[in-house]
Amino acid sequence: MALLRRRNKASGSGTKEEEEGAEIEVEEDDDKNKKEKKKLGKTEKANSSKKAKEKWSCVDSCCWLIGCICTIWWLLLFLYKAMPASFPQFVTEAITGPLPDPPGLKLRKEGLRAEHPVVFVPGIVTGGLELWEGHQCAEGLFRKRLWGGTFGEVYKRPSCWVEHMSLDNETGLDPPGVRVRPVSGLVAADYFAPGYFVWAVLIANLARVGYEEKNMYMAAYDWRLSFQNTEVRDQTLSRIKSNIELMVATNGGKKAVILPHSMGVLYFLHFMKWVEAPAPMGGGGGPDWCSKHIKAVINIGGPFLGVPKAVAGLFSAEAKDIAVARAIAPGFLDNDRFRLQTLQHVMRMTRTWDSTLSMIPKGGDTIWGGMDWSPEEGYSPSREKQRNNDTQFSQSEIVNYGRIISFGKDVAEAPSSEIERVDFRGAIKGSNVANTTCRDVWTEYHDMGLGGIRAVADHKVYTAESIIDLLYFVAPKMMARSSAHFSYGIADNLEDPKYSHYKYWSNPLETKLPNAPDMEIFSLYGVGIPTERAYIYESSPSAECYIPFQINTSANGDIEDSCLKDGVYTVDGDETVPVLSAGFMCAKGWRGKTRFNPSGIKTYIREYDHSPPSHLLEGRGTQSGAHVDIMGNFALIEDIIRVAAGAKGEDLGGDKVYSDIFKWSDKISLPL
Amino acid sequence: MASSVLRFRKLCFIEPAVKSSSSCSSTETTSDHNIGNFVVLEEKKSKKIKSKNISSVGKREWRCIDSCCWAIGCICTAWWVLLFVCQCLPATLPVREAPGERLRRDEGLAVLHPVVLVPGIVTGGLELWEGKPCSDGLFRKRLWGGSFTEIFKRPLCWLEHLSLHNETGLDPPDIRVRAVPGLVAADYFAPGYFVWAVLIENLAKIGYEGKNMYMAAYDWRLSFQNTEIRDQALSRLKSKIELMYVTNGYKKVVVVPHSMGVLYFLHFMKWVESPPPMGGGGGPDWCAKHIKAVMNIGPAFLGVPKAVSNIFSAEGKDVAFVRAVAPGVLDSELLGLQTLEHIMRVSRTWDSVISLLPKGGDTIWGNLDWSPEEGNSCDLDKKANAQLSTGDVNFNHSDGTRGFRVKEPVKYGRIISFGKAASQIPSSRLPSPDLKELLRLRSSAGLSLSCGEVLTEYDEISRESIKRIAENKAYTAQNAFDLLRFVAPKLMQRAEAHFSHGIADNLDDPKYDHYKYWSNPLETKLPHAPEMEIYCLYGVGIPTERSYVYKQSPSDKCKSIPFRIDSSADGEPDSCLKSGVYFVDGDESVPVSSAGFMCAKGWKGRTRFNPAGISTYIREYRHKPPASLLEGRGVESGAHVDIMGNFAFIEDVMRVAAGATGSDIGGDRIHSDIVKMSQRINVQL
Repeated sequence: MALLRRRNKASGSGTKEEEEGAEIEVEEDDDKNKKEKKKLGKTEKANSSKKAKEKWSCVDSCCWLIGCICTIWWLLLFLYKAMPASFPQFVTEAITGPLPDPPGLKLRKEGLRAEHPVVFVPGIVTGGLELWEGHQCAEGLFRKRLWGGTFGEVYKRPSCWVEHMSLDNETGLDPPGVRVRPVSGLVAADYFAPGYFVWAVLIANLARVGYEEKNMYMAAYDWRLSFQNTEVRDQTLSRIKSNIELMVATNGGKKAVILPHSMGVLYFLHFMKWVEAPAPMGGGGGPDWCSKHIKAVINIGGPFLGVPKAVAGLFSAEAKDIAVARAIAPGFLDNDRFRLQTLQHVMRMTRTWDSTLSMIPKGGDTIWGGMDWSPEEGYSPSREKQRNNDTQFSQSEIVNYGRIISFGKDVAEAPSSEIERVDFRGAIKGSNVANTTCRDVWTEYHDMGLGGIRAVADHKVYTAESIIDLLYFVAPKMMARSSAHFSYGIADNLEDPKYSHYKYWSNPLETKLPNAPDMEIFSLYGVGIPTERAYIYESSPSAECYIPFQINTSANGDIEDSCLKDGVYTVDGDETVPVLSAGFMCAKGWRGKTRFNPSGIKTYIREYDHSPPSHLLEGRGTQSGAHVDIMGNFALIEDIIRVAAGAKGEDLGGDKVYSDIFKWSDKISLPL
Repeated sequence: MASSVLRFRKLCFIEPAVKSSSSCSSTETTSDHNIGNFVVLEEKKSKKIKSKNISSVGKREWRCIDSCCWAIGCICTAWWVLLFVCQCLPATLPVREAPGERLRRDEGLAVLHPVVLVPGIVTGGLELWEGKPCSDGLFRKRLWGGSFTEIFKRPLCWLEHLSLHNETGLDPPDIRVRAVPGLVAADYFAPGYFVWAVLIENLAKIGYEGKNMYMAAYDWRLSFQNTEIRDQALSRLKSKIELMYVTNGYKKVVVVPHSMGVLYFLHFMKWVESPPPMGGGGGPDWCAKHIKAVMNIGPAFLGVPKAVSNIFSAEGKDVAFVRAVAPGVLDSELLGLQTLEHIMRVSRTWDSVISLLPKGGDTIWGNLDWSPEEGNSCDLDKKANAQLSTGDVNFNHSDGTRGFRVKEPVKYGRIISFGKAASQIPSSRLPSPDLKELLRLRSSAGLSLSCGEVLTEYDEISRESIKRIAENKAYTAQNAFDLLRFVAPKLMQRAEAHFSHGIADNLDDPKYDHYKYWSNPLETKLPHAPEMEIYCLYGVGIPTERSYVYKQSPSDKCKSIPFRIDSSADGEPDSCLKSGVYFVDGDESVPVSSAGFMCAKGWKGRTRFNPAGISTYIREYRHKPPASLLEGRGVESGAHVDIMGNFAFIEDVMRVAAGATGSDIGGDRIHSDIVKMSQRINVQL
């Protein structure tokens, strides 16, 4: 194995070496080329001239070739190591002109210093997980990362890996004999994979103004578990409470600034309710804990109201994963290691992760739109055009975003009166036809039988509300667990004592914000990237051992910049979270004194318009608005540092909005 | 290692390319020589000769460069094959089963009390948070611990960043180096060199994990109180212990400090009880409420003589195991022949080293004529064997002592003596030390400006006074302090505000509320926690530095340390004197008397140091070197750090963590003469 890899690398470097020929001594290069030619012509030579060949036995040639490659490889390696660390920067500057100071340095020059302790709450997928106890097949992996890092084990022992990453299908906790735990400390989510930063850029910039381990804390948690289970199993919430209290106490009583990202936003909502609730269900911090300990909650790309992607993920395991699994997923999904059943394995594994259920769209049709209506209707994806000639844009297609899943493009576009729907809820699930032939792979689809599958397809259209029912139908075990931990509705009466149960805590539409009038809530997110909003599905051609539904990738829009591409309707957002989900609460739901925000906590929306990196050297860009890459956005980092150094929302300039979030929020009629 | 080999091979390739006219045979021999240790070589060489013989016609085409390529190719291939074979080997070599697995299976041991690990000096990792331009790109990279590559890449920059401020003992301006947090801080010191990893792994086997195991990492360069002032490390530890106590169903914690961590935790226990702002405000019953047991590993309660020589001449290497990396550093010429001086300069900014100086003065460590260890047999192996064979400890003890009386007993009390003679002659013939005069002399001595940049404080001391130091011939634990105050005035001035090394006459004196006394067990009372248990776990059976024979350095040039250990001073075979160092029984770093005295006598029963009558237990582990190479650092080692992989030790810790008390695991287990030694020490209790 090692041998093969080494050789590949070496030959790769060989070609690189030819490109960068100028950097390497010329004479050596010539020599090498000569030899290379000789080498290539070796076989011909063997045929034509026997006498010249005699001294070049095959083994010798091989050795010679390997020697050459190795030497060049080492030479390059040496040059690379000897290269001063500032060299890449020098090259970049030579090409693009001087770079702007990173925000940390710039603000330090302005005299900003560390003031409030900072807490990071990572999102789903981005946190590392390590093995503490495993089965026989995981020998030698003790305290090694199973998730995050290099993912080497995925390739080495895939089924073992899947087995250890899965949770118990009944309890949603550890399967027997396996303990996989979150990595703790800043390393948990600074880089997701080598070179793929998550929090690292932000951490480095905060460090420039004086932050360090004692006033920065990564609230790492096991993102596979439902939120309350992180407390039940690992006491994570207690740990976060204790750490925030400690940091506030040791930093001279300065309140903490919380930075949740992605699903961490919901996790922290849950935390704020938990900490106020009395023990044993809650943390017993009392009703003024948040106002005493929290200065501001700066939500980054928060899916407050869920993401449609989660539906597709649960329904057919297709939307890849919520944040960055995409980066590794292509190779992972397409390889044949799992004997062509990668997707089923992935589905089986992810369906044991309760946390994905926290991101199912919340608020039903009121928020996400019904059969004929949606808050985003009239949205045109090409904002440039929209800005230039406003008049034209009314002609563009009207998309029924409310129909999150439709079977067939015609169904997605037809007026609701023309769609014939058959209710699937009572459908009898057929006998289990597949289980014997599908080897060991098993998803709940194999329990449904063909009858159930047909019934699902016959229902044609699913809106946000009926999707919950759909999921109950196709994944009963998962949803049974889900209903114990999450809720997706809108509260009619928030005073109802049932809302003190923890399953409502992560739903902003079923909880009140804490009584902390001095606290501030920010919603920071990127805009300007097409984001999945609704899907066109079809039945899989071969339904036996496969997931019976898949996104109809052939469905494309009729006009040029249609919102429909490859079976997916997109709206404005940060590639993962639609603007509506990220912004609605701060734009309307919590704005002013509402029933969801009885103490009138101030809310601010800060949007960051996406502009892709201008060239390769910029890496993932300093002005990106993408869900994870936004953590490297200089404007966002600057805002965060200012708040951490004591600024208020008004000091930053209040709202900064590029999208139509206020217009869309107005269309949503929700009693406040 | 591998990288240097690779580089050498590369050189071997380039050289002939540059001067390809040079003879073929010479390059061949260099390359051959280079790969001498590869097995494949022989057959390759023979093949080469064969091919030459077969076709002398094409010989001119075999140029040097080809041969080189060929040779490198051979080596690489062989290397890969070996690597491949190595990877294919079954991961589990036949090693003894780890105690964690066994205890869980056979006795059903399971996690009960949360565990706190307190690392010692040197073993904790340090990482960079802010640095000078020379440290570009090292943000949040380890400067200490890990692979230490930066030492070789940019040594001066590295030294600059690891130094502390010479006046305050805190960060120098614009540099922030901080302790690595979490279990990774000290699980491995360098790749493959475990510290806590084995213990952690075994604890995990019975169910421990991140939530009930905490590594109390702190910046081990700082004085203990400064870790609180700068990093709030003590507050953090308090909060963590309270949290673990609550979240684990109100189970008290078991604290496992190692080496200097023992002193750190002593300091913590006093700190947590004291009222703010100096203390943590936990109240007098905090320890009783939160701590089940303190299991001190290789405790340096009363200091280590090594620390004296370390400060005096930077020679005693370091307290735990810089030794593992030091040889390469000390001998390399990277720093321009002044490695030792640089090291001295840096390590003298580290206040924590002072906490390890011998405590209790002559009462504990002996004076010019007397020492508690006298009569100690240095032939530890022989003694061990004798004991094992007869099994009658008492008999052997008396026998050994009798055998020794024939010889002149070693005067261990003289921690530093100049010349072998001075370490042995009766005290009446020694000149009386007169350091007061020296101190006066120092103030009048002009700076030797000729030396340019001052590297160490020695450069500020005149040659004359250096001679006077040596004339004083012998120093005991007590006046070694005067000596150090003289040679390292800044360090001692800083450090003595943070540490004290005496014995308290009256522990109720309010002055003992000051934090500088908190880490000295002879000047503090243990907390009022009658149910708590204190263990002293340490290795025995390894010769351990106890006192030194010094000489003046031959070179009188600038910027050199004027004293060094007289490594030519050797005793007769079986003597305690070897290469200028007198040895006693211990764990290679900490002598038995320092590790065991408090548990054996100072705190035993209800004494003035232990008013609550906390029970103490001594568990000694006799050192046995690893039987074979496959065992690595051994599962029965007693060495200061390697003991953390000792199975008997791990078993003891696990049993206590799972709820056992000291008497459950068998009470005291003593191999050394600690009880007898303690009896000779005359401390009022």
